[in-house]
Amino acid sequence: MSTRLSKGGRLIDRTAPQEFTFNGKRLRGYRGDTLAAALLANDQMLVGRSFKYHRPRGIVASGAEEPNALVNMGEGGRFEPNQRTTTTELFDGLTCTSQNHWPSLEFDVGVVNNYAARFLPAGFYYKTFIHPRFAWKHVFEPVVRQSAGLGKVPKERDADRYEQAYAFCDILVVGGGIAGLQAALTAGRAGKRVWLVEQTAHWGGRAVVDGAEIDGQPAEAWVKSALQALEGMANVTIRSRCMAAGSYDHGYVLCDEKVADHTPGDGRPRHRLWRLRAGQIIAATGAIERPLSFAGNDIPGVMLASAVRDYVINWAVAPGDRTVVVTNNDDAYRTAIALKEAGLEVPVILDARASVTGDLPARARAMGIRVEAGRAIAKVKGGKRVTGVAICAQAGQGAVLEEIACDAVAMSGGWSPVVHLWSHCGGKLKWDDAQAQFTPDKARPPLNHDGSALVQTAGCASGVLATAEVLADATEAAGGGAVPAANGPAEAALEPIWVMPQGAPVQLRMKMWLDYQNDVKVSDVQLAAREGYTSVEHTKRYTTLGMATDQGKLSNINGLAVLADSLSSPIPQVGTTTFRPPYTPVTIGALAGEARGEIFQPLRRSPMHDWHLAQNAYMEPVGLWQRPYCYPRPGETHEQAVHREVRNTRSNVGLLDASTLGKIIVKGPDAGRFLDMLYTNVMSNLAIGKCRYGLMCNEQGFLSDDGVVARIDEDTWLCHTTSGGSDRIHAWMEDWLQCEWWDWQVYTANVTEQFAQIAVVGPNARKVLEKLGGMDVSKEALPFMTWADGVLGGFRVRAYRISFSGELSYEIAVPASEGRAFWDALVAVGAEFGMMPYGTEGLHVLRAEKGFIMIGDETDGTVIPQDLNLGWAISKKKDDYLGKRGQERPYLASPDRWKLVGLETLDGSVIQDGAYAPAPGFNANGQRNTQGRVTSTYFSPTLNKGIAMGLVKGGLSRLGEVIEMTKLDGTTQQVRIVDPVFYDKEGEKQNV
Amino acid sequence: MSEVANIPVVSALGGASFDGFARVREIGPLGMITLRAKPEVKGLSAAIKAVTGTAMPKQRRIEVKGEKAAGWMSPDEYLLVLPYTDVKAALATLAEKLADQHHLAVDVSDARAVFRIEGDRASEVLSKLAPADLAALEKGELRRTRIAQVAGAFWQDETGFTVVCFRSVAGYVMGALSHSAQPGSELF
Amino acid sequence: MLILECPYCGVKAEETELSPGGEAHLKRFGPGSSDEDFENYMFARKNPKGVHFERWRHSYGCGKWFLAARCTATLEVFGTYPAQTTEPPADIIDKIKAKRPDWKGYK
Repeated sequence: MSTRLSKGGRLIDRTAPQEFTFNGKRLRGYRGDTLAAALLANDQMLVGRSFKYHRPRGIVASGAEEPNALVNMGEGGRFEPNQRTTTTELFDGLTCTSQNHWPSLEFDVGVVNNYAARFLPAGFYYKTFIHPRFAWKHVFEPVVRQSAGLGKVPKERDADRYEQAYAFCDILVVGGGIAGLQAALTAGRAGKRVWLVEQTAHWGGRAVVDGAEIDGQPAEAWVKSALQALEGMANVTIRSRCMAAGSYDHGYVLCDEKVADHTPGDGRPRHRLWRLRAGQIIAATGAIERPLSFAGNDIPGVMLASAVRDYVINWAVAPGDRTVVVTNNDDAYRTAIALKEAGLEVPVILDARASVTGDLPARARAMGIRVEAGRAIAKVKGGKRVTGVAICAQAGQGAVLEEIACDAVAMSGGWSPVVHLWSHCGGKLKWDDAQAQFTPDKARPPLNHDGSALVQTAGCASGVLATAEVLADATEAAGGGAVPAANGPAEAALEPIWVMPQGAPVQLRMKMWLDYQNDVKVSDVQLAAREGYTSVEHTKRYTTLGMATDQGKLSNINGLAVLADSLSSPIPQVGTTTFRPPYTPVTIGALAGEARGEIFQPLRRSPMHDWHLAQNAYMEPVGLWQRPYCYPRPGETHEQAVHREVRNTRSNVGLLDASTLGKIIVKGPDAGRFLDMLYTNVMSNLAIGKCRYGLMCNEQGFLSDDGVVARIDEDTWLCHTTSGGSDRIHAWMEDWLQCEWWDWQVYTANVTEQFAQIAVVGPNARKVLEKLGGMDVSKEALPFMTWADGVLGGFRVRAYRISFSGELSYEIAVPASEGRAFWDALVAVGAEFGMMPYGTEGLHVLRAEKGFIMIGDETDGTVIPQDLNLGWAISKKKDDYLGKRGQERPYLASPDRWKLVGLETLDGSVIQDGAYAPAPGFNANGQRNTQGRVTSTYFSPTLNKGIAMGLVKGGLSRLGEVIEMTKLDGTTQQVRIVDPVFYDKEGEKQNV
Repeated sequence: MSEVANIPVVSALGGASFDGFARVREIGPLGMITLRAKPEVKGLSAAIKAVTGTAMPKQRRIEVKGEKAAGWMSPDEYLLVLPYTDVKAALATLAEKLADQHHLAVDVSDARAVFRIEGDRASEVLSKLAPADLAALEKGELRRTRIAQVAGAFWQDETGFTVVCFRSVAGYVMGALSHSAQPGSELF
Repeated sequence: MLILECPYCGVKAEETELSPGGEAHLKRFGPGSSDEDFENYMFARKNPKGVHFERWRHSYGCGKWFLAARCTATLEVFGTYPAQTTEPPADIIDKIKAKRPDWKGYK
């Protein structure tokens, strides 16, 4: 059984017991434990079930590479699935549950898949669910959905707070082992701005466990003094619990700092995502031990050798009483020695190498541990727990020589450097035959903006394992300097072992797990190879090898070695799959940062925003602006409110918050010439004090924006743009001024937000303004399409006589900080004239009744002004304007173009949004031909019937014709082509 | 009423404030003028001095004198900061001094919202929102950048930062600054 | 995420402070131009794996458009320069030629 040892544990504080629950069971650990350590201390070896076969799963590793021991953490607003117990710090009150089983962890119905395993081979999904077609939707998918997925989806809103922060440094060192510490010391002493991040809560990495000697002192003491030195440097920032998730272009690195995972609810942000920008990155990210592929290597109790000694030394936890060690290298002997020193039994070390030399094996033998060379595990015995191993010769086919009872197996297949940060942004790898590992090819690093190497690796990440070499490599990566002396035992070479025993028959290979979480076995990869999957990327997807939440940290190298063997190709030729960020999963909350709730996105508010809310306005987004859609009264539907607002505007007077309208000042000796290029019509000859409607097109000739231009003085114009279009149009203007006509003397300024703009609209509009008092707003003093500065009700205003409704209309601009006061003043005097506010939907209905187009409704980026019968607004005299050449393309002059018409149903009903007009026949793709579509459709309260605008082939030449238009129910209805101006065709009402 | 009345001037958020590990408060409205002109324009330096009392700012600098300031926004744009009520007269001064020169001067006082972030850890609040290296920000440097999802500009003095953004997003910026200044979320 | 130094204000801006604007040094063809010239101006764009000239706007900064010469494969930046140029400056051409001897030139 796994248990807590009575002595030792360098990371635990035995005076601080912590209570936690696992599947409702109350358990105890100590401060400093990981959840995995605490579970093992309570003999909880079985912690989950695998994804496909629901096999029992135990803890394999002691760090980020753990594929099995994932749990649902927390409850309610702090519930989060798939949390790795090996990296979760224990805290008092922690609750967690195991995943992927039903009804219980101990008894799981899904395990039936295990017995059907021979019928669930690699690519099972692709092979099985294709036929019959209907079965996927009705049979397979519902069943798969029931049993698929790890963990559960959180159901409540996340209770925690997250944030992001930007930081800058010359050198970012990732990894707090001795290589990282030495690199940071070296760079720090050179005066560089240094960041050092470590993903766990502790410093020193493997060296402090493995007992190296540095500068004549134990590694642990050296680490402590190194940390002290770094803390004393003002130019060095150090962060633990901070995982470098990915490296990107030009030194951009995302680091996920787990600020308060271990202290939930203490008021601090749970995670902080650092958006670091480093001049250079040093990846001192260490190496990960590889499992060995032998039958039954997934049974709980089989663990990585390094993890076994981590548990013993760091947390005083013995994974078993009797641990068999199986290895192809010297390093695993440290585990046997550590276990023996802790008073535990090591019945045998099985070394696959034919001859065993080296200092560490000699020490093990001297301690009385039985060492068997050239031996392998034929099979691990046990179900939910290891009970013993059957031993065979590595060279043979698995004939059992001996059975040994044990309750744990420590395995080591060698080490793989953690090259993720090197590889994320393009660093290349090379195969190192001697150590059987992919290492960074330092001749082909990822590049920085200046062509220099962006990433260096240091220590084990470079592929060096001996302490002295690690420190030398780290020093060099950081620019060179003094290297501390280090001593360690000499280690003999490992021997690559990809299958154990070498000649294992299929019955054994079917029980050799590569990917524990996704249940990919040696036999699956071999099957994929036989079926023609020669690319490692294809094999990965076909077998799901390395596609689990651990992203193949344990399985990838073993898997591709098996693939290479099956293909009879050398390993470097098969290559690796692509390393992609994040290194370990980053919670979505950290990626969202502050962008949640009220500040999810920047909502733009007009100066009258609070008034609209107080009036119970129903708000709608227009770009990022919040605008009132309508102002429903108690008992009114939105539709009823819109109709009331429209009728009242036509018969009395309406008030519209038009502040969002874009306003751009264009000034200079060449401003007129510039606007003549920008607009399709002529603006340079607009008289001072006058307004003119204008159209802007892109260079292809398609309509891009419209609005009223006012001439302010001799060399100043004010251009109104659509709401939400002001930034785009301002940028468009600047683009042409800066990049094409940079010698023209023109300045622009976007003054959209300087003004609150209020439209007073309707037959009583003038009476309202006269009541307010001040400037002359009569027809004579301020005729249609003019503007004037003046004073109204004590406010400095600029009044424009422009109309988007066909009614007598004034658009009045005041400084934004006076907008609300001016609005209130209008509301106060307007009551006696029946004034009501109206919203954007009323605005749309009013303009549609007049046949005015709306950018984005009647236009979609493929419509030229001529299609909208706006030829009158296109100058024939000008040699050039933006879009003129584009509009000269022959197909845009075709009589077959869809052009703007009015549309009415024969029975007065409203045409449905998005309706199309079908035409006889079918196109080359077998789709029905069409001859038009609706672009705007409303019920007109003024005319008491449905009205619409649309684009129809042939346009107004077909006036009076009846065509069919589609309905959502699949039927069609008859629609008559009419004049798009439905109301006040002569335009008398706006010009009074 | 044909006379101009004394209309109370309201800033975007009415002087909202938040006390976290740094103090965030909306100030203003300040008088602000966007002045576009090339630096070599004759009389530009004198015109700026006449309005703000400061020297003409060099690239990325802001010259501050009491309540007034002149900032470099781009090679042909300056931000003039002054008391709100002085803007009208300042525009007249600029028009007079630059009468014969191609330039553009517009009142943008109402188009902006202005915040102060104060306290020893003021820079940590901005570090969470702006992709700018604040440790490298010099005193008197005007940095235009992104503040979370919107455009903004700031400069630093002895007691903290002055932050300028567009008026319509004042609520958003206040929310982002407050979130970033939450007690317990100190960075260092 | 790239860093490009704005040649107008000197800020080393990260990509989120910038807006991309496509290929640089395009020549506008307006009314009277041939169909071929107009088509090339409007639609034909280079997409090299290697040296490329691009338009960028410092949109969250000084608002100015500038041009950048960089390698699309390695992300190496050879230089940034003002938009008021019709072809890449000689010093940047020299720098590219020194680093990419096989480069065929910008045309």
